[in-house]
Amino acid sequence: MKRLLLILCLLASPVWAVKPSEVLDDPALEARARVLSKGLRCLVCRNENIDDSNADLARELRVLVRERLVAGDSDEQVVTYLVDRYGEYVLLKPTTGGANAILWVAGPVMLVLAFGIGFTYLRRREQGAGPDQLNDDEQRRLDEILKG
Amino acid sequence: MLIELGHFALILALFVALVQGVVPLIGAHQRRASWMAVAEPAAYVQFLLTAFSFGVLTWAFVISDFSLSLVVQNSHTDKPMLYKVTGVWGNHEGSVLLWVLILAMFGACAAVFGKNLPATLRARVLGVQGMIGVAFLAFVLFTSNPFLRVEFAPLNGQGLNPLLQDPGLAFHPPFLYLGYVGLSMAFSFAVAALLEGRVDAAWGRWVRPWTLAAWLFLTVGIALGSWWAYYELGWGGFWFWDPVENASFMPWLISTALLHSAIVVEKREALKSWTILLAILAFGFSLMGTFIVRSGIITSVHAFANDPERGFFILIILAVFMGGALTLYAARAGAMEAKGVFAVVSRESALVLNNILLAVASFVVFIGTMWPLIAELFFGRKLSVGAPFFEAAFTPFMVALAVALPIGVLLPWKRAKMGKAMAPLWGVLALSVAGGALVWTMQTGRSNLGPVGIALAIWLIAGSAMDLWQRTGRGDLAGKFARLLRLPRADWGRVMAHGGLGITIAGIAGMMAWEVEDIRVARVGDSFEVAGYTISLNDVRREDGPNYSAIMADMTVTKDGREVAHLTPEKRSYPVQQMPTTEADIDNGLLRDIYLVIGDRQTDGGWAVRTYVKPLANWIWAGAIIMALGAVLSLTDRRYRVGAGARRRKGTTVGVPAE
Amino acid sequence: MAKIPPLMLAPPILFAGLAAMFFWGMNRDNPNALPSALIGQGAPAVVAVQLGELATFDSSVFSDGKVKLVNFWASWCAPCRVEHPNLIELAKDIPIYGINKGDQPGDALKFLDDLGNPFIAVTTDYTGRQSIEWGVYGLPETFVLDGEGKIVLRFVGAITQRRLQSELMPAIQKARAAN
Repeated sequence: MKRLLLILCLLASPVWAVKPSEVLDDPALEARARVLSKGLRCLVCRNENIDDSNADLARELRVLVRERLVAGDSDEQVVTYLVDRYGEYVLLKPTTGGANAILWVAGPVMLVLAFGIGFTYLRRREQGAGPDQLNDDEQRRLDEILKG
Repeated sequence: MLIELGHFALILALFVALVQGVVPLIGAHQRRASWMAVAEPAAYVQFLLTAFSFGVLTWAFVISDFSLSLVVQNSHTDKPMLYKVTGVWGNHEGSVLLWVLILAMFGACAAVFGKNLPATLRARVLGVQGMIGVAFLAFVLFTSNPFLRVEFAPLNGQGLNPLLQDPGLAFHPPFLYLGYVGLSMAFSFAVAALLEGRVDAAWGRWVRPWTLAAWLFLTVGIALGSWWAYYELGWGGFWFWDPVENASFMPWLISTALLHSAIVVEKREALKSWTILLAILAFGFSLMGTFIVRSGIITSVHAFANDPERGFFILIILAVFMGGALTLYAARAGAMEAKGVFAVVSRESALVLNNILLAVASFVVFIGTMWPLIAELFFGRKLSVGAPFFEAAFTPFMVALAVALPIGVLLPWKRAKMGKAMAPLWGVLALSVAGGALVWTMQTGRSNLGPVGIALAIWLIAGSAMDLWQRTGRGDLAGKFARLLRLPRADWGRVMAHGGLGITIAGIAGMMAWEVEDIRVARVGDSFEVAGYTISLNDVRREDGPNYSAIMADMTVTKDGREVAHLTPEKRSYPVQQMPTTEADIDNGLLRDIYLVIGDRQTDGGWAVRTYVKPLANWIWAGAIIMALGAVLSLTDRRYRVGAGARRRKGTTVGVPAE
Repeated sequence: MAKIPPLMLAPPILFAGLAAMFFWGMNRDNPNALPSALIGQGAPAVVAVQLGELATFDSSVFSDGKVKLVNFWASWCAPCRVEHPNLIELAKDIPIYGINKGDQPGDALKFLDDLGNPFIAVTTDYTGRQSIEWGVYGLPETFVLDGEGKIVLRFVGAITQRRLQSELMPAIQKARAAN
């Protein structure tokens, strides 16, 4: 029941994500703010970014991000500012540092592993009966044994 | 009284399931025909009892029987009848009962359609299905009983969450459950085969239609959920990589892989133990999804009221069935040796590649979903893994899959020549590259997602068409066309499913690359331009529905002076639940959606208005529906209708040619 | 019985690990609580903004040598109501500074009039900016500060008797012992 009983924070207040009053006049800065907001987690809503969220805290964070950009912060500085206060929990895209390296390489490593196993399997199929292949008689006997 | 009868039927169903789960399995082990024969009637009776019980609960919702605690908490007399009925599964207890009903229904279907299975296999399949039934019936009765009365019946109920009062969401759970629970059939077949100690081409042929049916429902269920999120949440997102969404996506990926590997088992008697593993995992991921949603172990925006007791119960179910099946697998699967011999370049290998990509892709989704838990447990770090991770780590697999797909389907079984398979595809490749390049030159300074996505989509759609065309063989055009219509439905089904994937990819790429958004304050009478469309706010007025009040904006969209659409986005407020919802109004078009949302009144008297122009948005769901229709077509193929399941003579190892 | 290839053993073993992790995950006390990124650091700056006629404060009071609590609250926050009696009880023992977040002054004052005022001084945070400086994400939140104004503990959620005894008091006592 996937989305059931949902999105409590959406319902928390009738305001909505990015309001007209929040939008910056400078389109370049606004675009940067939008991109940054999409990577920052709204802490009270759990798995939503602050750009989509309606929660008060998300709105406060959106305004903060824009203020810091206007004040001349770089994107990294804005992110660091929030991580210093909320911890890495605020990042929707985990860092690659420390143990997180496992997360990032897990997919590629698994792919290489799968290709290795798959290729070994294919080579064995190509040569027909592999080394531990049973012949038909053995197979039949084994089947009987397994059937009990 | 009726309520008590429904409750009683459910208790009886538990006992019947217990019999169905024990007697036939012992019978199959000891070769006792009479014991095995218990399976079928037990499956029917279990289904009838559960259906009666579900019917009683539905009736209680329909007549608003407020002596039932569940009805009080989730219904209201003012609610439209449709949502009274769908409210049955709009809560934890009712949804688990629906789950149990679907489980029993699949068991009964297996009894009906499995007449020509070998007796022991049939008894074992139904037996395993019965054991799953025992687990979930016990779960309902002991932790989530929907038939609890309240001491003093109130005059009215607390109503259903307004966001659930929507057709998209009302029918999302039943489809999803049909998918989740349908995978239990593949699981039962896998466990039965392990108990039997044999997997052959006939097994592949039997297990495939069940998987196909489950996959088809899962596809529709996920598409409905995503479509609902698109129009209801008010900012037009369609996929959020939330743990609960991932929980439904992982079984989909695994069952897609299973669907393809079962073909290799059926046609070529290879990949047997791998296919068994996929069948176990597909249902395992369904159970895990249930666990994630209902235990609250991972923070998600969507969740049921979480209850640790229920979480533990599901964890035990998960541990018993997955742990048991995987242990049995370790003990037995090694003996399932492949028979078919094939070259490294062959259809078989292409399907192995498909399986590798899908399995590793679902592994990526899995580890991303679990990582916050792992990081907390082993490294003491509280962190988040959200959409940006999945977009970066998952997308490459889908791109690779899409690139390989049209080539793979043209490779013949056993031994293939790459050059020969590619021959009909050079034209398709040229077309895709040209399409991508054209799109790239038309847009300036935007992401490369658009052109790449469009090129891939053309490659898939045209490649699928070429696949179909190649099946018609040689000869003159008229003969080819005549043969085209006589092709097996399975061929048409495959081509539709693959083409549908192309359409979905085009939709995702179009929407993500070229969406235009506009947020502004507009006064009544104002007009403004967004992406070439002129949007006018004509009026804002109050409109009341049966159980809500709304503020409705009257807006027109014009282009070059002609009216394109007249839209009325709303902001609703449901007094019973004191909850506001936004109702976006969307002009659906073939090439773009125009999506309007009305927000709060501003202090200067204007209204906050959000406008999106979303190119190709509908293609996302249209593609999913086409994929599902492809599955339907495939299910009605002749080989499943005529002599389905007839075990082919022993010793024949070479499959029927697919052509 | 044929010997079992090691690759075949991987699925059940991996699954056992996963199930164990789920079991551990379900037994976590408070899975949603976030650790503070500011533990061990000096408390962020606080600006004095008076609420009604009540005494107010700014960061300068944090280094007065005494262990103290800083409590973020609002009148619209239901758990704040729940913990309020415990705060009043606690105030007899330890100075509590209140930061009122996102409230109407009238509502906030009425809340304190009705339920009593446990705070030695109160400042207000209409924009939510001070809360962000502290990494506050939900109300109520309570911070334990040592005599030098370093954050010792962050406590998210209502202070119930049980959690008061098991989490808050030990931290206060430890901070006092270290003072």
